[in-house]
Amino acid sequence: MSAAPTQTPIDYVLHLADNAIVLGQRNAEWCGHGPILEEDLALANNALDLIGQARLLYQYVADLKQDGSTEDTHAYFRDVPEFKNYTLLELPHHGALVGYAVDNRDYAVTIARNFLYSAFMVLVWDRLQHSTDTQLASIAAKSLKEARYHLRHAHDWLVRFGDGTEESHARAQAALDHLWPYTQEFWTHSDFEATAAKAGVGVDAAALRDDWLSIVERTLQEATLQRPSDGGFVPTGKHGVHSEHLGYLLGEMQSLARAHPGATW
Amino acid sequence: MSHTTPWPTPSDAAPTRAHASVWQALAPLTDPEIPVITLEEMGILREVREVNGRLQVVITPTYSGCPAMSQIEDDVRAALVAHRIEADVVTQLSPAWTTDWMTEHARRKLRAYGIAPPQRCATMAGTTDQVLQFVASLQRDVVLCPRCGSHNTTETSAFGSTACKSLHKCLDCLEPFDYFKPH
Repeated sequence: MSAAPTQTPIDYVLHLADNAIVLGQRNAEWCGHGPILEEDLALANNALDLIGQARLLYQYVADLKQDGSTEDTHAYFRDVPEFKNYTLLELPHHGALVGYAVDNRDYAVTIARNFLYSAFMVLVWDRLQHSTDTQLASIAAKSLKEARYHLRHAHDWLVRFGDGTEESHARAQAALDHLWPYTQEFWTHSDFEATAAKAGVGVDAAALRDDWLSIVERTLQEATLQRPSDGGFVPTGKHGVHSEHLGYLLGEMQSLARAHPGATW
Repeated sequence: MSHTTPWPTPSDAAPTRAHASVWQALAPLTDPEIPVITLEEMGILREVREVNGRLQVVITPTYSGCPAMSQIEDDVRAALVAHRIEADVVTQLSPAWTTDWMTEHARRKLRAYGIAPPQRCATMAGTTDQVLQFVASLQRDVVLCPRCGSHNTTETSAFGSTACKSLHKCLDCLEPFDYFKPH
């Protein structure tokens, strides 16, 4: 294991890890419930990549902390206020006003989120490949390839939905309208991001906004979809203040590890 | 960044006899999910080196979440034990694994096994334009049918039976087949 510079803020690595595990857990919900078999496989693969990235990052957190913790400690034994993921990633697979029934899952929401997020992460991982923290740079180089493929998959479906039937277009637009305001959190300030960027360890995410908008807008145009307005609400998930949805997600994800701590098979 | 990352050169000068015996012991090991390709041909088995007088076998994961990795690590350890070789197995992430490391011989074996081998990788994403080019370029990939060699094929699904493959179909001989994704 390469020695990490001490200025790597652990919270920054946790933020990257939490993003990956929370969306990985969300997308894994489609496993066995995909709208078609191919997409069932696609989302399982997508989730597997994200959970794999999260494992590498949590293992690195454990290395940095040197406190006897493991990847499992950080994934399974922290609670909602300690998670630093974007609120966008914890939202259920449906719009704001629909109930919790599995039948109400809307694949347009899944695809729109994967698109908005992977377009951002392609840029983030690309910059992080040049991090002064060599371990983070190695993880970034691997994750970049996976994020590019996720972007391609989400892009294809967003175009198909947007430029498809009247209903698929309407649902894709509604999904975008619902999720778009949450992307504002990509650009807001946090101390751990600022510290990481200053040390050359992390990325100044706000500086990626123009590139992200350019990728997104060109795809929206291809998909005949409108760019929604930002809206007044700016989410605060990376500061540990989450929507009501994260608790349920963690409850499901963590229950086995907490019921049988230290279990192996 | 160019995507033609070379094989890392061994850390020490000449490979010793001990190194050669390790390579030999591990040579028959194959990918658990693609049993016709060896770990060496896949580019997963990366290096044998000596660190502080101890032998180290370096492996690298294909995809971050590839479930075969722990099996591969177990297989490597078991082979070392079977050959009474004392060596550590370390996982190294960098440089990131790429299908460009796959040998021509391995590509031929893949094709014979019914999996279309990966094409050379596109340039790495960086600028917005490169990102968009990447998104567009894969859709134009012409994948040859491993059964009849036809160019007239279509992608059925971007994700297949394992993390490293996508699903395709030949429109001439109608054979459905896996494509090893350029990565």
